[in-house]
Amino acid sequence: MSEQKPSVNIDEKLGWLTYKNDHQSHIQIKDADTKTSPCVIECKAKPCTTVCPARVYVWEEALHKIVVNYENCIECGACRMLCPFDNINCHWPRGGFGVQYKLG
Amino acid sequence: MADEKFDVIIVGAGPAGMAAAITLARAGMNVVVLERGVYPGAKNVQGAIFYTKMLSDIIPEFWKDPQCPMQRPIVEQNFFITSDDSFVKVGYRSQKWAEEPRNCYSVIRVEFDKWFSKKAEEAGAQIFPGVTVSKLLQKEGKIIGIQTSDGEELMADIVIACDGVNSMLAQSIGLIDELKPEEVALGVKEVLALPKEKIEDRFNLEGNNGATIEMFGKITRGMLGYIFLYTNKESLAFGVGVKLSHLQKSGMTPYDLLELAKSHPAVRPYLRDAKPLEYSSHLIPEGGYHSLPPLYSDGFLIAGDAAQMINPIHREGSNHAMMAGRFAAETAIEAKKKNDFSKASLSLYQKKLEESFILKDLKQIKDFETHVENHMDLLTVYPEIACESMHQFFTVDGRPKEDIRKSIFKNLFKKKSIFGMAKDFWGLRKAL
Ligand SMILES: Cc1cc2nc3c(=O)[nH]c(=O)nc-3n(C[C@H](O)[C@H](O)[C@H](O)COP(=O)(O)OP(=O)(O)OC[C@H]3O[C@@H](n4cnc5c(N)ncnc54)[C@H](O)[C@@H]3O)c2cc1C
Ligand code: SF4
Ligand code: SF4
Repeated sequence: MSEQKPSVNIDEKLGWLTYKNDHQSHIQIKDADTKTSPCVIECKAKPCTTVCPARVYVWEEALHKIVVNYENCIECGACRMLCPFDNINCHWPRGGFGVQYKLG
Repeated sequence: MADEKFDVIIVGAGPAGMAAAITLARAGMNVVVLERGVYPGAKNVQGAIFYTKMLSDIIPEFWKDPQCPMQRPIVEQNFFITSDDSFVKVGYRSQKWAEEPRNCYSVIRVEFDKWFSKKAEEAGAQIFPGVTVSKLLQKEGKIIGIQTSDGEELMADIVIACDGVNSMLAQSIGLIDELKPEEVALGVKEVLALPKEKIEDRFNLEGNNGATIEMFGKITRGMLGYIFLYTNKESLAFGVGVKLSHLQKSGMTPYDLLELAKSHPAVRPYLRDAKPLEYSSHLIPEGGYHSLPPLYSDGFLIAGDAAQMINPIHREGSNHAMMAGRFAAETAIEAKKKNDFSKASLSLYQKKLEESFILKDLKQIKDFETHVENHMDLLTVYPEIACESMHQFFTVDGRPKEDIRKSIFKNLFKKKSIFGMAKDFWGLRKAL
């Protein structure tokens, strides 16, 4: 199946949207310590990097960690259950912040 | 807002919350709605097909309202059963659906939420957008109010959680467990602009009528889900709903899945030259009857997606939410009359839901998804058989028809035994 993958430019899709960004992140990786984090030790498939519809989670090989681009979040709600190691802490953004759909 | 005690606080200005607010405000109750979006709808995503009945129970003859946000009355509904390069169409069109009261309409969800919340304000409800509720306040096991993410506290006799799928409020007091990837679908969607005339030509529509298409089979790449394509006035709603656990396992991104579906021959001609306007995503609670949480406790009620009241087979969510919101409000009104907000008093809500079609339907289809999940051939092998059979039936290639008939059956039994087929389809009988 992978050979049929179109190269989707997700940044372009996110570019159609309006956001009001908060300076503080509403998403945290609970354990990001490169020595103990399940992201480094156990989690081979890294589903956060594929399931998130806004590509908020990116595995940075050089840094040995998941980088969280929380500003891209479109608040689908999947974060709360997509990590098999329960290593994501995700709340809704504070009132008034985050994505603002025009059509929905 | 501070230092005032309300009769009812509603969290969430979606269909459930607004239906509750309108019902309560009309009965003269002091009701406030808190919504985390900067305006109602800012966080919400839907297909979106709205069934008329449940909305007109709240706003009779809403379609006569000049500001009514309905896009197109749906006169035709289709299923496409897809293989990799072919599809079988099953559809129904009726002129009856073009007359009032119509069965359902397409809507643009954000427009709908803005309109519906204006109706709630007109009825006398106070709506505060841009407020995220972060905590329920309790005293001696009873819910007495809420706290916002900015630390402000508000008190009420009853709090109604209409905060949508994965209700953090209900979870915070242990009424609902954290949802599992098996209990939800991820919806990913685009709205694409297309001139009115093109929509009417492509879907063979007269005037402002509309159509829906839901697609199953190979188009979701072996995952449990469907593709939808709905007509708005001057745009198309195109999206996918796919079980989160399947997506997780597939390693495929939801936007790749959506993009691949766009290039399927069942979709491509409809979307040609359509200009994308918005991309969006939202969870759909699909755990159904088995996942229903307790729906009330002392001073607290849960309605709509927060309580996972969705019938995925008939894409009924917003209508259940509106009806449940209304029932929750009616229960609160009765409780106020008795000045009794205890669990026992609020159990009226459960009774109303049980007597309505909502819980009856959810009960009826409770094993449907599990059945399909355990018989995934329904979404992979059978669509292929259906397409191959139709292909042979319609192709004239010089073979006698008797040979073609035999070949169709041979192909069928090569892939499935009669016993296997009986098992696959038996479990579906209750869903239909
Ligand atoms: C892709 C997709 C397609 C769908 N298609 C259809 C369809 O065609 N027909 C149909 O009937 N249904 C459809 N549904 C389902 C439908 O959208 C839902 O069932 C419906 O929106 C439920 O209404 P609700 O009021 O319960 O919740 P929601 O509409 O989710 O509203 C919840 C509200 O609460 C707010 N909120 C949440 N948490 C907080 C908080 N802590 N503080 C303050 N505010 C908060 C949210 O911002 C939101 O406004 C679809 C869903 C999706 C995702
Ligand atoms: S899914 Fe969880 S454990 Fe795996 S990489 Fe992502 S955050 Fe880390
Ligand atoms: S809520 Fe959805 S969009 Fe936001 S980070 Fe989580 S998975 Fe991605």
